[in-house]
Amino acid sequence: MNKEVMKNLKENLKGKIIDMAEVRDNRIYVRVDPKKILDVIEYLFFKYKCKLCTASGMEMREGIEIIYHLAREDKNTLINVKTLVPFPDLEIDSVGKKIPAFRWIEREMNEMLGVTFVGHPDMRRLILADSFPKGKYPLRKNFKHSDVTDEDYDYERSGL
Amino acid sequence: MKQTIIPLGPYHPLLEEPEHFKLYVEGERVVDLDVEIGYNHRGIEKLSEGKTWDQVPYLVERICGICSTSHPMAYCLAVEDLLGCEIPKRAQLIRVVVCELERLHSHLLWVGLAGHFIGYNTVWMWAWKYRETILEICEKLTGNRNHYAMFKPGGVRRDFNEEQIEYALERIVDVEKPTKMLTDAILDDPVIHKRLKGIGVLTKKDAILYSALGPTSRGSNVPWDVRNDEPLEGFKDLKWKVIVQEDGDVFSKGVVRLLECFESISLIKQALLKLPRGGSIDADIKEVPPGEGCGRYEAPRGEVFHYVRSDGSNMPYRHKVRAPTFNNLPTFKASCKGETIADVALITASIDPCYCCTERVAVVDKNNNEKILRGTDLLKLSVDKTMSIMKKLGKTPPLYNLEI
Amino acid sequence: MDILKKSFKKSIWVFHLSTAACNNCDIEVLELLTPKYDVERFGIKLVGSPRHADALLVCGSVNAHAKPRLLEVYRQTPKPCLVVAFGSCGCSSGIFRDSYSIVGPVDKVIKEEDPNALIVYVPGCPPKPEAMIEAIVMGLGVV
Repeated sequence: MNKEVMKNLKENLKGKIIDMAEVRDNRIYVRVDPKKILDVIEYLFFKYKCKLCTASGMEMREGIEIIYHLAREDKNTLINVKTLVPFPDLEIDSVGKKIPAFRWIEREMNEMLGVTFVGHPDMRRLILADSFPKGKYPLRKNFKHSDVTDEDYDYERSGL
Repeated sequence: MKQTIIPLGPYHPLLEEPEHFKLYVEGERVVDLDVEIGYNHRGIEKLSEGKTWDQVPYLVERICGICSTSHPMAYCLAVEDLLGCEIPKRAQLIRVVVCELERLHSHLLWVGLAGHFIGYNTVWMWAWKYRETILEICEKLTGNRNHYAMFKPGGVRRDFNEEQIEYALERIVDVEKPTKMLTDAILDDPVIHKRLKGIGVLTKKDAILYSALGPTSRGSNVPWDVRNDEPLEGFKDLKWKVIVQEDGDVFSKGVVRLLECFESISLIKQALLKLPRGGSIDADIKEVPPGEGCGRYEAPRGEVFHYVRSDGSNMPYRHKVRAPTFNNLPTFKASCKGETIADVALITASIDPCYCCTERVAVVDKNNNEKILRGTDLLKLSVDKTMSIMKKLGKTPPLYNLEI
Repeated sequence: MDILKKSFKKSIWVFHLSTAACNNCDIEVLELLTPKYDVERFGIKLVGSPRHADALLVCGSVNAHAKPRLLEVYRQTPKPCLVVAFGSCGCSSGIFRDSYSIVGPVDKVIKEEDPNALIVYVPGCPPKPEAMIEAIVMGLGVV
């Protein structure tokens, strides 16, 4: 099944993918430049009928790597689209502008890692409390659990 | 028409995990809906980075108490995907048994809660009474009613002996008959048909746009089921089918869950009977090399997704967890529009949130006059609607206790 | 103390609150109402408002979202009231104690508001329903 999917992606996304690799018979990893991410994801979601499983962000040395996990269920394949958003700007186009499924996960990556999604319709906090101190990103590697204690929370902003 | 905002949440005596809904209404009809989550945020992804590979299942089990075993299952599948290793056959079938037992008890739990919401407290009591049998089977097989701690990367931690298997096969029959009785009673009742059909419709197009999962999508004719789409070795010899309904309303989602109970019972029986004699239950993984892996499993509520990245050390570099309700909650924006306030609590319960709550409903109208409605008021609105339907159909409404 | 003993002699009404919990303890609490354990025969009842409650059953540890709300509910509950810290998360934050998101277990947060609060601890993950019944009854005996 992988071969068929890879062939289709090579034909339709020519010039937009940096490289592609298959792992075992049901996982494909595709590397994309952050400026081309919208085209690739829109093709996969609308034309190639994939569903969004989720997106993972993690801090690497050069920037934040975001992986969009998309699944093509009837071909039993998981397509993982990787892109590296470089420091210090940490900006990337928002896919949630057009596709509702991506909105929440982009909000989560914004508050946990500090990535800005340009054009996102609603960039409020999703998971962290409003009283959580600004400017601190829990999933960054230099953030420790002890960096935030009860005293740092600004309960005035909690809405009660 | 003036617009009013109704916050629902966050602590309700009946519904369990907190979340906060804001309903924008005009008159009695909902115009828009906003959901605030995060009341249960415990920092699990960050905690994972400080635990070793075999300590993580204990942590992820406690993400959710009802889909407690789906998270370690997906995590173990992610690590096994990273390694590319094979799991012994006996371990695979034990995994199927434990996961399907969890699906059974979760669906019966939902049936009880849904019954309570529409005022059928007897359904609640009976569904939870029969659910106790399943918890007793779990206790006999795994040692605990919930949080079984059965899975580890590479296999399972404990084996089943002959006595346990016999007990499970005997007691599962005690679950099948009452479930059949409940299903027939619910599917034949005209009041339930009138109350639940046509409410909270999620169209197929919206289910795909929001990437809805589990019974939420299968009730809208989108046949996504990870057990089918990413079949595990353990499922290859077992006969079962994906249950799909077409209408996308609350009734369809309920029917999907009820019919899946029977599929689960059949899978448990088949898996227990097909367990190979003897054999190891563990692939004995010694270390995790650098790499990455994705694991997906079908929890009662939908697909659970775990992604792990390893840098060769004894702890994950990154562990991403996505519970199914994360994808399902935003679908309210599509399914609650145009519904009445009395039905909103029912629609929110219909996706079976692993987070649900309605405690306080505050109605704020454009003049900023705030009025607080309690969770019991919401429940009363919902039950009153059922009672009025019953009267129209000429049935006598039962007496019930409103206190809970 | 005699007033307390008198006021708790009859049936105890419980308000159930779930702070950052995995939900398991909450389901175990609801199972007490079902026919197998049927805790209503002891007069123990779940109520819909903290203003009617004699006991506050808190499941789960406390995070920043939950802390102001937990304290608000505690203030609304008429005193004397019994606080039951249910489950390992309620007693000590359990496996989540190191997390940046957890502010503290239930007793630490309640004692900030009221150092003399009456707290009963029910450990377990999740505690068996029988343990919960014993906790309430013991709370009655202690108080």
